[in-house]
Amino acid sequence: MNIHEFQAKEILKRFGVAVPRGIVASTPGEAKVAAVELGGGVCVVKAQIHAGGRGKGGGVKVVKSGEEAAEKAREMLGKKLVTHQTGPEGREVRRVLVEQGLNIERELYLAMVLDRAQSRVAVICSSEGGVEIEEVAAHHPEKILKEIIDPVIGLAGFQCRRLAYALGVPAELAGKMTGVMQGLYRAFEECDASLAEINPLILTKEGQVMALDAKMNFDSNAFFRQKEIVALRDLNEEDPREVEASKYDLSYISLDGNIACMVNGAGLAMATMDIIKLYGGEPANFLDVGGGANKEKVAQAFRILLADPRVRGVLINIFGGIMRCDVLAQGVVEAARELKINVPLVVRMQGTNVEIGKKILADSGLTIISAETMAEAAEKIVNAIKN
Amino acid sequence: MSILVNKQTRVLTQGITGATGQFHTKACKDYGTQMVGGVTPGKGGTSYEGIPIFDTVERAVKETGANATVIYVPPPFAADAILEAADAGIPLIICITEGVPVRDMVKVKRYLAGRSSQLLGPNCPGTITPGECKIGIMPGHIHRPGTIGVVSRSGTLTYEAVDQLTRLGLGQSTCVGIGGDPVHGFEFVDVLEMFNQDAGTEAVVMIGEIGGSAEEEAAAWIEARMKKPVVGFIAGQTAPPGKRMGHAGAIISGGKGTAKEKIEAMKKAGIRMASSPATIGRTVQEALGK
Repeated sequence: MNIHEFQAKEILKRFGVAVPRGIVASTPGEAKVAAVELGGGVCVVKAQIHAGGRGKGGGVKVVKSGEEAAEKAREMLGKKLVTHQTGPEGREVRRVLVEQGLNIERELYLAMVLDRAQSRVAVICSSEGGVEIEEVAAHHPEKILKEIIDPVIGLAGFQCRRLAYALGVPAELAGKMTGVMQGLYRAFEECDASLAEINPLILTKEGQVMALDAKMNFDSNAFFRQKEIVALRDLNEEDPREVEASKYDLSYISLDGNIACMVNGAGLAMATMDIIKLYGGEPANFLDVGGGANKEKVAQAFRILLADPRVRGVLINIFGGIMRCDVLAQGVVEAARELKINVPLVVRMQGTNVEIGKKILADSGLTIISAETMAEAAEKIVNAIKN
Repeated sequence: MSILVNKQTRVLTQGITGATGQFHTKACKDYGTQMVGGVTPGKGGTSYEGIPIFDTVERAVKETGANATVIYVPPPFAADAILEAADAGIPLIICITEGVPVRDMVKVKRYLAGRSSQLLGPNCPGTITPGECKIGIMPGHIHRPGTIGVVSRSGTLTYEAVDQLTRLGLGQSTCVGIGGDPVHGFEFVDVLEMFNQDAGTEAVVMIGEIGGSAEEEAAAWIEARMKKPVVGFIAGQTAPPGKRMGHAGAIISGGKGTAKEKIEAMKKAGIRMASSPATIGRTVQEALGK
């Protein structure tokens, strides 16, 4: 789960990381008041959407007065902001963050991520702040510094100092730098983040170390103990079908194609998308109904698939292990009776209770194309939507 | 021959009184696995299906001589269950639970370092040596005893591959699901090393997916050390970047962990890659020259 910049900054502040003074505004009038409250001098108006590349997309503007802040906010609010991360459809800006202007001396990069190969959290930093870290990794890998953190010890002071000196941070700021790094690590840990990134982390002419931008993602497996974080979720930033699916604990990802698929198990679901593509089709989604899905859940999944207007055909691929094929068949029949299905439906089932499942489908009177293997299923659905 | 588990394996179930724990403990017992005990704090002294239940793992090990444990306890308590099993010195810990927070697993792995216990999972189907011992949630009936080793990050996709093998008359020595989480116990390399040493394994199927770099590391190891043919498949060739595809670990982040990179690394290492998930079995047949 992602959150907005202003929310991430509020979290960082709680962990002792300095951030610019800022006020969130959802109307031009509020933006004006905010700019005046911040002193009426130079301010920055920043569009709040869950995507990077806002600056290049016109979502970050420097202003010199309250009037100008209102004007820039008016240009952004209610409009779709397109960046290289939003896709061509863009994201609607519903709020802007108005922040005090700062005298930037240097821009650095700082982040906490999981290092999967080490099974530990790593702190990553670079002297190249303000640009995407992937760019730095591609062209100047030597400029990326890393320390692995021992979960028992935490991020040690000496590790922070080593990084600070390697970044060329002035000796008198090494202490502040350590504070920022340790604060960011504590925020990452205590909030069960999967990413905590400050880009850029700035050194000001006045000798401050500050998070000029902030991004945090969270481990949804830890939501049971992170109620405050869950409350920050902004459903406007998510695909409506994905939101709907998540209500039923279905793992659904919207894609660009026109063949909907329903599968049990994440690996098999990905493999089903792949085989659709292999036979010349395009998957409309990823959908894992899970191992122990009951018939209500299957019916719900079916409704979500069919609600997508681009869908021209449906492929159901189930390998019954814990999940029984008869349960799946009941769910499909139930949903199909209630919804009008006017696209071809291919069903491939294997495993537990497959014969009972097949009989339920056959007796239902529904027009179902059945397939024995994954390959046959993919071929049949791709051909069916051509006709 | 086989790896990890066989007829002699004596298994505990942690979380034996929950619905999932009960269902699969019975299924494993019916398969022929020696299910010797269960653990649920507060339920010590009772039993399920004739299997004695204990309050602590330590006690259960003492009373039953268990040398493996399978964990079905809910995510908030799963990490603690692994720690308890490791503290009791159980050599093989298999965690089926899906949804364990990454932060918990980072600590668990730190705790396991230097101890004798080995961990499989979490978020995995478990492991099976067909005809001898099934520990986990896979459907036993699709497996046949044989000489193909299977190692995978997926559950149902592994069943698909196993089903193809069995239909072609290719039985399995042992199948191991290492799980779909970013931080887990056994890696591909650990399991490949065991298959390499196992006289009962003739060839290996390795099923990976997007996210992380475990397949690339395995490919490098295979190129340097593997003496047996390996057939591979990578799921998620059509997965978009930045989206978590069901498994917590199945995500392309920062342009890394794509199927393309993994397939290239595996091909380069001499692994025969099945181009379609429907041809994994046939590719094994070809690799064996059958």
